[in-house]
Amino acid sequence: MSAPTTTPTREYLKPPVTEVGVIGWLHANLFNSWFNSILTIAVLAVLWKLMPPFFSWAFVDSVWNSPAEACRDIDGACWSVIPQNISFIVFGFFPDGQQWRPGIAMLLLLGLVIYSKDTKHMKKSLFVYWTIGLVIMGTLMYGGVFGMPVVETDQWSGLPLTFMLALFGMVAAYPLGVLLALGRRSRMPAIKTLCVVYIEMIRGVPLISLLFMSSVMFPLFLPEGVTIDKVLRAQAAIILFTAAYIAEVVRGGLQAMPRGQFEAADSLGLNYNQTMRLIILPQALKIVIPPSLGILLSAFKDTSLVVIIALYDVLKTTKVTLSNPKWTGYSTEAYIVLAIFYFICCFAMSNYSRKLEKALHTGR
Amino acid sequence: MNQEPSITKDAELLPSAVPFWRDPDKRAIVFQIVALLLVAVVSYYLFSNTQANLERQSIATGFGFLDKEAGFEIGESLIQYSAADSYADALLVGALNTVKVSFIGIVLTTILGTFIGIARLSSNWLVAKLAGGYIELMQNIPVLLQLFFWYAIFYESFPAPRQALNPFAGVFLCNRGLIFAVPEAHAAHAAMGWAFVAALAIGWGLNRWGRKRQARTGQMFPAVRVTIALVIGLPLLVWLGYGAPTAMDVPVLSGFNFKGGTTVSPEFAALLMGLVFYTAAFVAEIVRAGIQSVGRGQVEAAMSIGLFPGQVLHLVVLPQALRVIIPPMTSQMLNLTKNSSLAIAIGFADFVAVTNTTINQTGQAIEGVALIMLVYLFFSLSTSLFMNWYNKKMALVER
Repeated sequence: MSAPTTTPTREYLKPPVTEVGVIGWLHANLFNSWFNSILTIAVLAVLWKLMPPFFSWAFVDSVWNSPAEACRDIDGACWSVIPQNISFIVFGFFPDGQQWRPGIAMLLLLGLVIYSKDTKHMKKSLFVYWTIGLVIMGTLMYGGVFGMPVVETDQWSGLPLTFMLALFGMVAAYPLGVLLALGRRSRMPAIKTLCVVYIEMIRGVPLISLLFMSSVMFPLFLPEGVTIDKVLRAQAAIILFTAAYIAEVVRGGLQAMPRGQFEAADSLGLNYNQTMRLIILPQALKIVIPPSLGILLSAFKDTSLVVIIALYDVLKTTKVTLSNPKWTGYSTEAYIVLAIFYFICCFAMSNYSRKLEKALHTGR
Repeated sequence: MNQEPSITKDAELLPSAVPFWRDPDKRAIVFQIVALLLVAVVSYYLFSNTQANLERQSIATGFGFLDKEAGFEIGESLIQYSAADSYADALLVGALNTVKVSFIGIVLTTILGTFIGIARLSSNWLVAKLAGGYIELMQNIPVLLQLFFWYAIFYESFPAPRQALNPFAGVFLCNRGLIFAVPEAHAAHAAMGWAFVAALAIGWGLNRWGRKRQARTGQMFPAVRVTIALVIGLPLLVWLGYGAPTAMDVPVLSGFNFKGGTTVSPEFAALLMGLVFYTAAFVAEIVRAGIQSVGRGQVEAAMSIGLFPGQVLHLVVLPQALRVIIPPMTSQMLNLTKNSSLAIAIGFADFVAVTNTTINQTGQAIEGVALIMLVYLFFSLSTSLFMNWYNKKMALVER
């Protein structure tokens, strides 16, 4: 069986130069077949044609912070439209001199978000911090104490309004959504039907129709003499809308619970409330944290729809700025800046949701 | 929910041992009655408030307003419409516009989304990264902002008709929209349309027959190729039969605007672009996931039994990938239809926009909002009926 042994040659062959380093990478990733080579060249040609003009429009021929008159003489982008109107775009109609209040409220929000990002901080105390934080933010915005003049909700606008609609929409919709999900999985036919009809009806119609309902129909529902502010009505519509979507996400989590969990709870003699509160919901809600973030993300994007019922969120304040004759004609620039803002917020959220999914995946 | 332990049996045996509030079945009945009562009371309260408010504002209820003269013009319409027509006509125009933008949007989104989804999986680094960047960018910007952006590009960045861009002969791009040449109206066109429909029907029949024959005899019939030939060939034959009319209706600048040709309004174009670019990003992710869901072993197994690459795709990969792709895809298509209601923000006369005008003119808020909800519920429910049918048809037949 023994083959004649040869002395192993102690010669190390280097891999061919076309397979390693920059050339190797190019060969493997851009020119690995004739089709890919053509594709690469075509894409590069298109980029070569589009990028330089865009670059010179955006960065070379542009002005960054100049009065409106300076924008008329240039070929490039007039980014000045944003910095010159920043306080209106961000804070809208919040009274001058009081704008530090929404400013601090937003910083507080940012701090809370950054604090909550760490999975180590996800325990009961987090709820307490958020409740305290939301109360402080609400007080800052509304005023009426510590010598801060009252600012009615119809003056809340710009970025704080955007954040408020999305965040409160999510926070208030969550318990409602959990109840709806439990109702949909219930064995009681009347409760189940009510929940199914509600969820499917809301999910079947566009958010716009609910916002219209809030702006033209809600006032008819209220008894004479009672009026609810437009912002709060829109907030209610967003809550009702988001709850239906949360219900479906939570239902997914409930369905993922193995039967043994219910049976084990039953055999311990727990009743329905105890089973749900102590056994099922803690596990089910943990599973659905990432998809819930997805809903927060779409709620955040969807708040821009309040433009249509003439609420002054950050998109509307931008549009108002652009309707000022001085700044008409720079929509592209303003919308690009706004798009970057939304992109950063949403991208951070979706990235975080993906990471969280990995971190929470404890395996079973 | 979960299987209740058999308390009921015990309760039957010992009726006095378990008081009714301890009996889950009886408790359930009480709960449901309370819940229904609560809903009924709240509905009655809202209803009576509404009644009182409507009476005070002397607004008539009911759908009688639909027969009255609308009195407003609608920019674009698929059917004949003027301000003298009734509200019902106006709403029909709006509904057709919604269907138009949704249908074209769905077709374009499917094509673009599939391309980007495949590009995302390309072995070409540059193409894959560009597709990934596109998906991230589009998914993370609100669709309304995108609509505003495209609309702004149209009415701010494009020149007036006099200086219209002319990228190809017969195509003009200006702030009045996209204007292009179309074949002049001719009797041949209707006949070609029918020939197209007939070709599709024949193709469908051939496909069925071919499959049956294959099941019986094992012989394959190239149904797809024959159908493609029919769909192109039949209308072409009809066209030639009519003497091959080639006259074109070319747009000409007259005064401040173009005459002739077909115009795609800036509103419609912006709406379509916004919806398609936004939804295509989601469709691309669905397509990518669908393709990746088919195990590599499936492809290898198919090739090892000697199928051609086309057959591998057609017989092995696609049927499995589609099972994963179609359900989320339909929900994206439904999203596109629902998002088309944002048309109102840029002044395209879709169903919601027309209804909004109607509400403002007549004050019939409840009827208007109810109509909007009914129309969209109709779309959603018919889609989910289709989905249930499809899922049943495509469900894995297991041993």
